[in-house]
Amino acid sequence: MVRYFTRLRVRRIYKWGGRPYIFDRKLKSYGFEYLNMSVEGQEAVTTVTPGQYILIEGNDDEYPFVAKLLKLFGDESHKQKKALVQWFLRLSEVPQNKKLLLGRSPHPQEIFYYLGRACDDEINAESILGTVHVQHVPEDTPFPEPGTKDTLYVKLSWDTKAFNVLDPVLMQDTSASTPPKPALPLFTPCASPTATPVSRGPVHHALPTPDPTVMRRAGSVSDTRATMSAGKRSTLEAESIHSASKLSASKILSAKRRGSAADTPGVRKKLQLSIGASPGKKMTRADVLCELLDEEMESEKVVSLKLSSSVSHSLQHGCSLSPMRSGCKTPNGQRRFPWKLTSISLDRLSPTALGEQDFSSDLLLAVIPLALEDEVFEAGLPTDAGSANTPKKRQATPRRNYVRGQKPTTPSRRKESAMAIREPALGVLAEEDSEDSPMQPIALTPRSKRKSAQLVSLRIRKQLNLLDNTQELISDGDDDCFVPSKKELQSSSDEEKTDSEEETVARKTRGRNCKTSVRTPHKTPSKKKELQSSSNEEKTDSEEETDSEEETVVKKTRGRNCKTSVRTPHKTPSKKVTPSTPRCATPCIPSRTVPARQPGNILEEARARLHVSSVPESLPCREQEFQDIYNFVESKVMDGTGGCMYISGVPGTGKTATIHEVIRCLQHASDMDEIPTFRFIEINGMKMTDPHQAYVQILQKLTDQKVTADHAAALLEKRFSNPAPKKETTVLLVDELDLLWTRKQNVMYNLFDWPTRRHARLVVLTIANTMDLPERIMINRVASRLGLTRMSFQPYSFKQLQQIITSRLNKVKAFEEDALQLVSRKVAALSGDARRCLDICRRATEICEHSASHPSSAGLVKMSHVMEALDEMFSSSYITAIRCASLQEQLFLRAVIAEFRRLGLEEATFQQVFVQHRTLSRVEGLQPISLSEGLAVCQRLGACRLLLLEASRLDMLQRVRLNVSQDDVLYALKPVRD
Amino acid sequence: MDNIIRKYLIMTLFKYGYIFQVQMILRERFCHQRLPEKPVGMESQHKHLLELLRRTAVHGESNSVLIVGPRGSGKTMLLNCVLRELLEVKDVNKNVLPVHLNGLLQTDDRIALKEITRQLNLENVVGDKVFGSFAENLAFLLEALKKGDRSSSRPVLFILDEFDLFAHHKNQTLLYNLLDVSQSAQAPVAVIGLTCRLDVLELLEKRVKSRFSHRQIHLLSSLSFIQYLDNVRSQLSLPQDFPDTKFYDEWNDSIKTLCEDQLVVDVLQSHYNSSKDFRSLHLLLMLALSRVSASKPAIKPTDLLEASRVCMVDSKANILHGLSILELCLIIAMKHLNDIYEGEPFNFQMVHNEFKKFLQRKSHSIHNFDKPVVIKAFEHLQQLELIKSMDSSTAKIQKEYQLMKLLLDHSQIMEALQKYPQCPTDVKQWAMSAFG
Repeated sequence: MVRYFTRLRVRRIYKWGGRPYIFDRKLKSYGFEYLNMSVEGQEAVTTVTPGQYILIEGNDDEYPFVAKLLKLFGDESHKQKKALVQWFLRLSEVPQNKKLLLGRSPHPQEIFYYLGRACDDEINAESILGTVHVQHVPEDTPFPEPGTKDTLYVKLSWDTKAFNVLDPVLMQDTSASTPPKPALPLFTPCASPTATPVSRGPVHHALPTPDPTVMRRAGSVSDTRATMSAGKRSTLEAESIHSASKLSASKILSAKRRGSAADTPGVRKKLQLSIGASPGKKMTRADVLCELLDEEMESEKVVSLKLSSSVSHSLQHGCSLSPMRSGCKTPNGQRRFPWKLTSISLDRLSPTALGEQDFSSDLLLAVIPLALEDEVFEAGLPTDAGSANTPKKRQATPRRNYVRGQKPTTPSRRKESAMAIREPALGVLAEEDSEDSPMQPIALTPRSKRKSAQLVSLRIRKQLNLLDNTQELISDGDDDCFVPSKKELQSSSDEEKTDSEEETVARKTRGRNCKTSVRTPHKTPSKKKELQSSSNEEKTDSEEETDSEEETVVKKTRGRNCKTSVRTPHKTPSKKVTPSTPRCATPCIPSRTVPARQPGNILEEARARLHVSSVPESLPCREQEFQDIYNFVESKVMDGTGGCMYISGVPGTGKTATIHEVIRCLQHASDMDEIPTFRFIEINGMKMTDPHQAYVQILQKLTDQKVTADHAAALLEKRFSNPAPKKETTVLLVDELDLLWTRKQNVMYNLFDWPTRRHARLVVLTIANTMDLPERIMINRVASRLGLTRMSFQPYSFKQLQQIITSRLNKVKAFEEDALQLVSRKVAALSGDARRCLDICRRATEICEHSASHPSSAGLVKMSHVMEALDEMFSSSYITAIRCASLQEQLFLRAVIAEFRRLGLEEATFQQVFVQHRTLSRVEGLQPISLSEGLAVCQRLGACRLLLLEASRLDMLQRVRLNVSQDDVLYALKPVRD
Repeated sequence: MDNIIRKYLIMTLFKYGYIFQVQMILRERFCHQRLPEKPVGMESQHKHLLELLRRTAVHGESNSVLIVGPRGSGKTMLLNCVLRELLEVKDVNKNVLPVHLNGLLQTDDRIALKEITRQLNLENVVGDKVFGSFAENLAFLLEALKKGDRSSSRPVLFILDEFDLFAHHKNQTLLYNLLDVSQSAQAPVAVIGLTCRLDVLELLEKRVKSRFSHRQIHLLSSLSFIQYLDNVRSQLSLPQDFPDTKFYDEWNDSIKTLCEDQLVVDVLQSHYNSSKDFRSLHLLLMLALSRVSASKPAIKPTDLLEASRVCMVDSKANILHGLSILELCLIIAMKHLNDIYEGEPFNFQMVHNEFKKFLQRKSHSIHNFDKPVVIKAFEHLQQLELIKSMDSSTAKIQKEYQLMKLLLDHSQIMEALQKYPQCPTDVKQWAMSAFG
C-alpha cells in the first residue's frame, strides 16, 4: 500500500559572525552583526544580516515563511540563537474566508506586510533557511512585468482583518540594506548556484543560500505549484486514475501551469490571468498552442539572455531561435519545429545545465509511485481508457506534449523543466539537493555532453512520434462540466506536496548517485530497456517501483544525462490521461422551485421559533458553564498554549450549543481584535464511520486535503509537533467522544496528546454523555492526558426550561403561562431534555391549531392542549394496543398469565399456553381455534412486542414471556371482561 | 326458439364480461394494488401525518415521526395515501424529494447511504465517479444536507420502512445523522419511520432518542364488529362508475343480502375475533371471490364458509393425513412416551421399543417391520418437522439415540386419526388407550 518515508533533514550549521555586543545587560543577551549558515558537508556559507529578508522554516516546506530580519541575538553561552523579525504573509497564509478581501487576483509572488499581533516575532535563528529579495511596489504601480523569480513583492499590509496600503516608510530602510540585482542571476534557475563558479566564491553579501531549490520555490509561488503537479504525476496518477473519465478541467489547468512553469514569471502571470478570467472556457487547440508559443518565445529570450549573462559558456542560440518559431503558426509546424531546435540547442548545451539536468533526471526517476491501485493505474492508461477522455483533454494533450517537447530546446529551459519535474517530488527535499549540488562535478567534457545530448534529442523525437500515434487512439468521451475553483487547485497541489514527502528517502540516495554517475558517457543496456518500456506506455506502478530498486543497483547508468529527456516524454503520455478526481465536488440538495412559505399566524411563528434548529439570540440558563468554557478557551488562545477540556451531560442539555455560542463570542472578540485569531474545527464521533476517520476530517478541515487515515495521522502529528512560529491556535471540538474509542485508544491518545506538545497550540474540547467516561473507558495514559479540566452539564430544572421556552418565544404570545409551566415541570421531572421540551410545545401548538374551528381563530395554547401533547408523547401505548387487540389475542394474553400463575414462573412454552387458551375459550363460549391459528395469534403479539418470543423455528416449543407487566395486561383487559 | 337461445347466449357473454370486470376490480382492491379513496378508521392519524408532511413541504420545517401499528394495520397504506394527497398540491408537487428505504433491503448503513445518494440523484454530481469508501459516502451526504437551508433547498422525505431494523445498525449512525439533520438548521427533512414494534423507542440509543421528536402515530384499530361488517360490504361492492347499471345493482344487492346472512355473519365474527386487520380479511374475501364465475355470478354464503375453512385449516393435521400407517404408529408411540415421561425428549430406540410392544401385544393387522425401515420412517418424520432434534446438530450422537421432541399436540393427533382414511381399528384403539 502507501509507503511513507520519514523525512530526512539536513543539518544546517549556524555560526554567529561579527563581534557580539551586549544589548541587554539584565538578560545577558548579546546581539550579533550577522549570522553565517552553511549546510553540513558543504563549503558554501550564507550570511544573514539584520535588515535582510529571510526565509524561515515552517510547517510548509514549499512556502517557507518570509520575514525581515530585525535583530540577531543570543545568550551568553552562544548556544541559543534568536532573531527578531518582522513577518510577511503569503496569500496562502491568509485565512480562506478573508482571501476575497483582496479584491483582485494576487500576484504569484506577492506577499503582505504583517501587522497583526498574534504571531511571535522572536524566532529561533536556526530556523532561518536563507535570504530572499523583497521589493516594495507602490500601491498604484503594477507589478514589474518580467520579474525575476526570486523576488517577492510587497504592496499591501495585512492586519488580520483587512488589506491596507503599505506605508512605504516601513519598507524604506530595508530596500537600502538589501543588495540589489547582482545577486539575482545566481538565484535564477537557469544559473543554479551549484553550477556557477561565482556562487562558490567567497561569501558574498547576498550569496545563494544553501537551499537554492527552496529559494527558487519561495521565489515563485505558482511555479512550485505547477511543477509539483508536473512531477508528481506518477504518484498522482495512481491516486487519481480511479475512473478513467475523471480527467477534468483542473488537470488541464494544472497542465497549463505546468507548461508555464518552464517560462518566465511574467508569462506565467499572463497565463494565470487568462485562466482566472475564463476558467471554464474551453480553449481550442490552436489557441493553446499559440499561447504557448508566444510564451515560449518570450521566455526563451529572457532565459537565454540570462544565461548569457550568468554562465560563462552559455549559448547564444536562444535569441536567434525565437523569431523562427514565431514564424510558424500552424499547429503541425509548431509541433515539429521545436524538436529540430532541440537537437541544435542541445548540441550547445552547457555542461552546467546538463549536470543539473542529470541530477534532476535522477530525481525524477526516483519518483516512487504509490503501489496502491496498480490495477486502476493500468486501466487509466491512454490506450485502455482512451474512451473516457474528453475532447477537452484531447486539446490539452498535444499541448502538453508540446510543452514537454519544448523543454529541451535550450539548456536553460530544459533544465528548468527538469527542475519542474523534479521539484514536486522534491518538494520537501530542498536541503538534500543543495547538499549534493555544490560538490557536483562541473567538469564534464563538453564534447561527450554534446553527444549524449544529441542522443537525447533523437530519442525525444522518437518518443514524440510515438506519442503522436497514441494520441490518435485517445477517443472522445463526455466531458464533465466540473470546473474547479482556484482553491481546489491549490488544495490538490497541497496534496501532491504531501505525497512528495514519501519519496524523500529514495530521492536522497539518488541524488548522491548522480554525483558519481554523471561522468559515464556511454549507454548501458539497462537504459535501453528503459526506453523500450517507456515506449510501450503500459508501464505500471509496480514496474516503476522495480525501476527504483534497480536504480540502486545500477547507480552508474542511472546518472545518465540523457535519461531525463528519455524519461520525460515517456512519462508524458501516461500523465496525459491522468484524470483528476473532482475531489471537492460540492454536493447539494436541489433547490426548490417555490420558496418556502413564511409562518403566517402566531402559532406558526411560535412553532418556527420553538424548533430545535432555530438558533436563539442567546443561550439562557448556561451562563456559568458558558463563562467557564469561555475563560478556558480565551486564556489558551491568548497564551498560545494548548489544553483539553471534558464536558459531560445527558443529551439535550445544551453542551454543543453552549460551545458554539462560546466560539461565536470568541470569534467576535477576535474580529474586534481583542484576542488573537484562532481556528475552530468540529468533529463528531457519530458522523464518522470509523474512529480513525477523525484524523481525516480534522486534516480536511484544517488544510482542505483529503488523504487516508494513516497518512492524515502522520501529517497531523507533524503539524502539531513541529515548531512553526506563525501558527494560530486551533480550537477543536470533539463531539460524542465515546465513539472514538478503539481498542488501543490511539485516536483518543493522540487527540489529548497533541495539546501537550510545545508548539501545538491546540485546544481540545470534548463532549460525551457520561460523567465518568475517562475513568470508565480510557486507559490511564489517555485519561491522564485528558487532564482534570472537566465540566458537567446538569439536566435543566423546570425553571430553566421555562426560561428557555420564554426566551425562544421572545414575546410571541402563544402559550398560557400555566401551560408552559406544566410542560417544563413534566420534562424536568423526566429527563431535563430541552429538545423534548421544545418538541412537546411544538406539538401543543399543532393540537391547538387543529382543535380550533378555524386556523386563524386559534387562541393561546391552553392547559388542555399541552396535556394532550404530553399524553401523546409520554403515555405508553401498550395498554391501548392491548385494548385494540382482537378477542383471540386478548384471550391468549390471559392464557399466558394463567399459565404463568400455574407454573409460578414468568416463562412458558407455547404448547402450555395453548392448552390454557383452549380451556379459556371454552369458558368464554368461543369456538376453539386450531393450533396453526393459535401460533399466528402468538406471532402477531410477538411482532408488536407485547410478548417476547423465541425463534419461530421452534414451533410450539418456543418459550413465551410477557413484555408488559401482568398488572398492566389485567388492567387493560378489565373493561373487556366486564 | 332460436331467438331465445341467441338472446341467452348474448346475455351470458355479457355476463361473462361483467364478471371478468368485477374480478378485476375486486382483485385490485384485495391485492393492495390500488390505494383506497380514503383510509378507513384512521382519520385523525391521516390528518396529523398530512399536516406534518405538508409543513415540511411548504414551510421547510424539519420533522420526524414514527408510524406504529401491528402488521396489516395499514401503515404503508396511510403513508401512501398521504403522499398521494401531498403530491396533488401544486406547490408541493415538484418540491419534495421522497427517499424510500426499507430495513429489510438496506441491511447496513453503507447500503442505505448508497441508496439515498441514488434516490436523491446526487451521484451525477460526481459524474460517474465510483463511490469510494463508506466514510467518503457519509461525508458526502452530510455535506449535501448541510449545504441546504430551510428556505431554499427542497425538503427531503426519508421514509424508513421497518424502522426497527435500522436501529440495529452499527452505532445507529444513519439514524443519528438523519435525526440530527432534522434537528438542526440544514436542509429540511422529514424522517418517517414505519414499524410494528411498540417498543421501538427503547431500541434507540439515548443520543438518537433525544434527537427524535417523539411523535408517534399509532394505528391501532378499534373497529367494532358492526363497522367491520360494513367494511366487508363496501369492500365487496362495485364502484359507482361500473359500466352496466343493471349488473351493478344486481351485484350490490347480492352482496347486501350476503352480509345479512347468519352463516356469513358467523364466519366473519370468528374471523374478526381472530384478527381485526384488513389484510387477513382481504385474503378471505379473495378466496371467496375466486369461486365466482359466469355460471355462478354472485358470492354465496357457502363460498365464504369454504374460504374461511381454508384460511383456518390446521396445516400440521393436514400433513398427518398423508402419513403411512407405520409413520402414524410411530407418532402414536411418541404420544404415549410423552404421556409417560411428561414431555421429556425421547430417542428412536425408545420409540421403536414402544412400537414393538404394540406389535407384540395388540396388533393383529400390522406385520413386523425391519429396523432399517422403521428408521427410515422416523427420518421422514424428522424431515417433515413433526419431530425435532433437541441437541445441536454438531454433536456426534448415533442416530438411534438422538433426543427428539414431538411437535404435535394430542388433539391434533386424535383429530387426524379420526379423519385418516381406512385406519386399522387396533391402531385407533392403541392411540386412544392410556399408556400404551
